[in-house]
Amino acid sequence: MKKLLVALLVAAFAFPAAAFGADTIKIGFNIPLTGDIPKVGEMSKGAAEMLKEKVNGAGGLDVGGKKYMLDFVYVDNEAKAESAVNAALKLIEGEKVLAMVGPQGSGRAIPAAEVANNNKTVMISGWSTNPKTTMDRPYVFRACFLDDFQGPVAAKFATEQLKAKKAAVLFDVASDYPKGLSEFFKKDFEKLNGPGSVVAYETFTTKDVDFSAQLTKIIKANPDVLFTPQYYNEVPLIVKQARELGYKGPILGSDSWGSAELMALCGDDCKGQYFVTHYAAAGAKGATKEFIDAFNAKFKQIPDDVGALTWDATGMVLASIQKMGAISGDLAKDREALRNAMATMRDYAGITGKMSFDGKTGDPIKCAVIVKISDKGEFTFHESVCP
Amino acid sequence: MFDTVIQQAFNALQLGSYYSLIALGYCLVYGVLLLINFAHGDIFMVGAYIAFFAATYIMGQHALIPPNSPIMVKLVFAGFFALIITAAVSFAIKKKPVAAGQKNYSYPAILGGIFITITAAIYYWGQGMKLESGADKILVFAVTMPLTMILTSVVGVFIERVAYKPLRLKGANRLYVVITALMMGIILEYGNLSLLGTSRLSFPTLLPRIVFDVAGAKVSITKLSAIAASFLMFALLQWIVTRTKLGMAMRAVSYDKFAVPLMGIPLDAVIVFTFFLGSSMAGLAGMLYAMNFPVLDPFMGALVGWKAFVAAVVGGIGDIRGAFVGGFLLAFLEVIVAAVFSSELRDLISFTILLGILTWKPTGLFGKPKTTKI
Repeated sequence: MKKLLVALLVAAFAFPAAAFGADTIKIGFNIPLTGDIPKVGEMSKGAAEMLKEKVNGAGGLDVGGKKYMLDFVYVDNEAKAESAVNAALKLIEGEKVLAMVGPQGSGRAIPAAEVANNNKTVMISGWSTNPKTTMDRPYVFRACFLDDFQGPVAAKFATEQLKAKKAAVLFDVASDYPKGLSEFFKKDFEKLNGPGSVVAYETFTTKDVDFSAQLTKIIKANPDVLFTPQYYNEVPLIVKQARELGYKGPILGSDSWGSAELMALCGDDCKGQYFVTHYAAAGAKGATKEFIDAFNAKFKQIPDDVGALTWDATGMVLASIQKMGAISGDLAKDREALRNAMATMRDYAGITGKMSFDGKTGDPIKCAVIVKISDKGEFTFHESVCP
Repeated sequence: MFDTVIQQAFNALQLGSYYSLIALGYCLVYGVLLLINFAHGDIFMVGAYIAFFAATYIMGQHALIPPNSPIMVKLVFAGFFALIITAAVSFAIKKKPVAAGQKNYSYPAILGGIFITITAAIYYWGQGMKLESGADKILVFAVTMPLTMILTSVVGVFIERVAYKPLRLKGANRLYVVITALMMGIILEYGNLSLLGTSRLSFPTLLPRIVFDVAGAKVSITKLSAIAASFLMFALLQWIVTRTKLGMAMRAVSYDKFAVPLMGIPLDAVIVFTFFLGSSMAGLAGMLYAMNFPVLDPFMGALVGWKAFVAAVVGGIGDIRGAFVGGFLLAFLEVIVAAVFSSELRDLISFTILLGILTWKPTGLFGKPKTTKI
């Protein structure tokens, strides 16, 4: 009896792997479905599901004359670094995915990228802008611009358009993304306006909600602009407290503001503010508009930049799979072939812009968009800055 | 320089008022039952959510009843709500004796009356609140506050009935009750997560944004209300515990839980009252907190709850003054460290100082070893 049970169990576990391993391509998604920024995961998953339906609906992905069905696996990283590492290991070793999309934010993407690179698996992050994510990691790519580009864009915008001579920065020192970006902003703002022009450089740590001590110091320093590269769940708290403590100047944000949920949480306080981002949904044209309309029809909301970048990142992986020729079935060999195909990707026409990898780094060269939050709460295109 | 000091003092007072309100709840339950109710931080979270639903419901703008839904839908929903309250009321008064052979018509009449009144009242609220004027908002605030306190304390008492009372009746070791409390906290957090989903809720603005200028420092009315509420609640609690019969009963239970029933004091009623008081203050803290930090998430109670617990211990757990002073002490330390040094060092330095206080006075600032704890 016992033996029979064991045999059944073994069969139950062994059978699906044998049965479904053949004609599918498995891609893993390492995204935050719970935790502090669940909207990021929801948008990523929505865009990925849409792409999967599109490809599978057309009979599958054509690789070397043979059709493969797509199988997407979503693993929740809870927006935590340690969970992102576990999720990456689970996808690479447990689920045996061909490639991994995500994690989206740099705090999670940097440690997960180390895992992906050590296991020689292609990883592409849609939304991680910190330079460390892809640095010296040949298997890691991204679909967005970098903070050493975003920082100067923000500093230049603050100086030229907002006419700021003095700036203040408030950021989470325990998270890679805001910390890295704040350093770039400070460096470039001081280059433009002279040393000491960043009059307050205040920090807090993740999960803090009371910023009044730091904001009091910032307001005392009397800056012309407040730069705060925080995620959309913290922005409303910062903006509201700054206003209540008597700060009247403009507040400038970064691409982490661009979530579909920002205005639901922030309300009137965020109207009229600016942030740097990857694309502007309001007034988009061509393929971008098609994507937005299809997404809106399916999920009844306007996709934010994370959704669009996930679409592009996954699209690049699929295009590279088609480029690498036939799939051998040997996972290590296929992952290696995919890496080589990714690295030689040129002029991929994504909905957030054209992307090329130079073969040395996994960083595409892309333009940044400055978005103004209108009085209706829409993210409207203000200007585009290209490298 | 001087205005900065005043400003930071107000910042600390505001933060301290939440710590104090929560710490008072820890302290009450510990004082009476010698139980550290680790679910208390999460009851605070529940309070914030209840305040959210109460306020948005009253304003007729929540998804439970879509803001522009037809009058019939609102009426039906209000009817359901009234039915629940009526059921609760009838449950509460059913034990009243009726003389034999006499038909009691008064209850159906009372219940019908309550039903109609509440339906009408809630319908009026849902329709009338356009939130254009400040007066409307203040009215919503004034109704939301008691509603939040009552509903949160219902949750607190429910937890006591379901989780702690069975253990107490079995005479379980205090350790198991504490572990049960930890589990209740986790159940509340993840229950919320699965029930309401992962998206954050945005707390509506209930008080108009009026900012006072006090010697160069800016103090908003929401901040002031939090500070005022904590002082008022402390005074009220001090009065209840030292001047009323129920307070005397609480102190008696704290002194000797086993002798108290022998003196004819209803032990269960005292314990329920304790949980009622503690949870209502957590609910109030949750509501005021959500008004100042208007992004709600299921885990918002954890960190604040721990800090309030530490504050209660430093003050001398079981002593009401201790909990109150401890909350403000912790807030002042945090703000001073964040203002003078930097925020990375905030918890490190402030908790090191608290550790020093406990080393110097292990029973806390106001605590006395082995006496009545309340």
